[in-house]
Amino acid sequence: MAAITTTPGHHDEVDPNVSYLKSTRGIMSWLTTLDHKRIGVMYLISVSVAFALGGVFALLVRLELFSRGRTIMDADTYNRMFSLHGVVMVFLFIIPSIPAAMGNIILPIQLGAKDVAFPRLNLLSLYVYIFGACFGIYSMINGGVDTGWTFYTPYSSSDPAHGGVGSPSAVIPMTLAAFIMGFSSILTGVNFIATIHKMRAPGLTWRRLTLFTWSLYATSIIQVLATPVLAITLLLLTMERFLGLGIFDPRLGGDPVLFQHFFWFYSHPAVYIMIVPGMGIVSELIATFSRREPVGYMAIAMSSLGLALLGFLVWGHHLFVAGMSEYATMVFSALTFLVAIPSGVKIFNWVATLYKGSISLQSPMLWALSFLFLFTIGGLTGLFLGMLAVDVHLHDTYFVVAHFHYVMVGGTVMGFFGGLHYWWPKFTGKMYEEGLAKVGWFFVFIGFNVTFLTQFVLGSRGMPRRYYDYLPKFEQLHQISTVGSWVLGVGFIIILINLARSLIGGKPAPRNPWGSAALEWMTPSPPPLYNFVKDPVLTRGQYDYQLATDDELYEGYDDPLFPNAKMIAAKRAAEGAGE
Amino acid sequence: MSTDVVTPEPAAGGAHGAGHGVGHHGPKWLAHHFETPTQQFDAAKLGMWAFLAQELLFFSGLFVAYGVYRNWYPEMFKAAAHQLNKEMGATNTVVLLFSSLTIALAVRSAQVGNRKLTGRLILTTIACACMFLVIKFFEYKHKFEGGLLPGRFFHPHAEHLVHGAPALPENTGTFFGIYFMMTGVHGVHVLIGIGVLVWIWIRNNRGDFSKEYFTPVDIVALYWHLVDLVWIYLFPLLYLI
Repeated sequence: MAAITTTPGHHDEVDPNVSYLKSTRGIMSWLTTLDHKRIGVMYLISVSVAFALGGVFALLVRLELFSRGRTIMDADTYNRMFSLHGVVMVFLFIIPSIPAAMGNIILPIQLGAKDVAFPRLNLLSLYVYIFGACFGIYSMINGGVDTGWTFYTPYSSSDPAHGGVGSPSAVIPMTLAAFIMGFSSILTGVNFIATIHKMRAPGLTWRRLTLFTWSLYATSIIQVLATPVLAITLLLLTMERFLGLGIFDPRLGGDPVLFQHFFWFYSHPAVYIMIVPGMGIVSELIATFSRREPVGYMAIAMSSLGLALLGFLVWGHHLFVAGMSEYATMVFSALTFLVAIPSGVKIFNWVATLYKGSISLQSPMLWALSFLFLFTIGGLTGLFLGMLAVDVHLHDTYFVVAHFHYVMVGGTVMGFFGGLHYWWPKFTGKMYEEGLAKVGWFFVFIGFNVTFLTQFVLGSRGMPRRYYDYLPKFEQLHQISTVGSWVLGVGFIIILINLARSLIGGKPAPRNPWGSAALEWMTPSPPPLYNFVKDPVLTRGQYDYQLATDDELYEGYDDPLFPNAKMIAAKRAAEGAGE
Repeated sequence: MSTDVVTPEPAAGGAHGAGHGVGHHGPKWLAHHFETPTQQFDAAKLGMWAFLAQELLFFSGLFVAYGVYRNWYPEMFKAAAHQLNKEMGATNTVVLLFSSLTIALAVRSAQVGNRKLTGRLILTTIACACMFLVIKFFEYKHKFEGGLLPGRFFHPHAEHLVHGAPALPENTGTFFGIYFMMTGVHGVHVLIGIGVLVWIWIRNNRGDFSKEYFTPVDIVALYWHLVDLVWIYLFPLLYLI
């Protein structure tokens, strides 16, 4: 039985044989589009530019740390560079990267819907993001910020222009930038929740949702419930700096630790806004490239929701040395350990899916496997930091820096690039060069580990984060780390070249280049304006490889090692001869 | 909610339910990407509730800040509350509660297709919202004249203060910071509310709504109830206790 039966209806004005990229022409047709795929593509371009910008800041930071003392910039510039690296990577890249860019394109297709529930809200969220980014660029033109991406008070809130002793940098435009971009994130979350609840195709029950959809559902809940707290916090911070409210500034009777509570009440759940969609992509990749239903489907889906819930309960572990009560630290430490449970559920189920799966090591799968390695290291070192006594030693060292880079880069960025390579044929209708994609992955994987594994050692030996200068004993490790960052940079450039080349001279992508059973591969690459030639009705789950027909799975899947491809070709030829 | 009683009948678009072209498969208000009117209505309503959850969390930061500082400086908060005008605050509470009633009635009259009454009730709601802002303006004006301003701008003038009230401690600027943040953010919500109320008033006059389609009235009413609800908490917290 086919996955897709069709209803007699057709899109009267829309030609289903024309892709969304070509359905209308001209720059204005893009800027005013309500099509979720075009909005997603514009998001993808925006976050890629932000990623490149944040990457340049990172390379400059690493270069400065190559040798002791001044290497290329003074200490003040260095403070601004690492702050801008953090702000750009967190607020402009990683938060919108997977949900708003790739989720926007893939989610409605995986639901069998024509669009998200609120297409105009979707376009608005893009413009809100760009409006916020303009504030960020304004701040950068005016020297940027030197507060770190966390904007800790009272340094950020006490303005020297009003007799304060804090940061002289352009803090207010940058906090407003994050404030505004937060609303973009909230709108996306609201939109996705309504879309997943109400826009599913006939036959697409909750148990047939893809794990990517489940992860976006969990992410959207966090976006809707956590981001407004950041918004009000940043508004209070802006007003504190502007009016001297006395809420966060101890000189005025305020409490800087209250800011940390407010900030992490958002920013810890935000960690799951970053990582959970990456886990969703990895679930898709492991299922497709092991060619089987994920083991523990429901456990993986529920662990996403579990992470969303637990994410709200552990913010205090960022404040273990900030002056909380001992009892509070113990409770937060215990709750932090609980996070390991849903994370472990995912890892074990993924590994169990690989076990006896029919694994093909194509380039998207390499990213998924690196995710397994790197995220596990990132997650387990998180337990070190959740332990009170160990955290006192490791707090604010390079160990923390390495830990969250293993989660954010080793996790989310691996998921992002895995998803990008996986869905690139669907987005663009072009195939990239597989060999070069693997070379790019190899450079990133090696470069990343050289850069950040070193930093675990640096941190455990006492190198504090954010310092401009260091003791002679750290110099060699810093140099290794900096060289690693160059390898990492080369890897990303190779990937950029490979993908850009595919747009110009790439082979046209078949409908289902990876042989996946999921719904987005049942429509042409790239899809038509309303996503499907005929409205889909699901008669099987999206991972039910045993129920999918050969045509569904292997049309265009040209792996010569795979006997079914030849078999289908032979069958087709026989049918052709018979007629 | 009374609005749950009457949900749009799928039959409204059912005559053309099998088709999927733009504007060809049902009433003109059914957007291209929805299959049925019920689906469109439910999606809008769910989206609005998710947005309201967001709003609550947005205000929560201010309520926590209020709670923390009230706990630390109870005397200062009590003294400062004497400087707020209870009569004006109470009037505003009544005005907003009444406006919540009128918008709820507007939803009802939209559901039964009484266009004229819907228009009048929306207008009454807008009038109440404007009245709230006018009263708030006079309250703010008085605070400005008395130098009862946030943070470092707090310079009280004795002649403008309430007579017989307790003396204001030095850090009362923090109270007025929280006061202006809470009422200011709420006031912005009232302004946005006026904007969306005017929008549905225009659409109602244009004849966009009917027994089958009244979704915008419904979701704007939900938003307006939230604005009302927040004020119901702000008034006792700031003015009374």
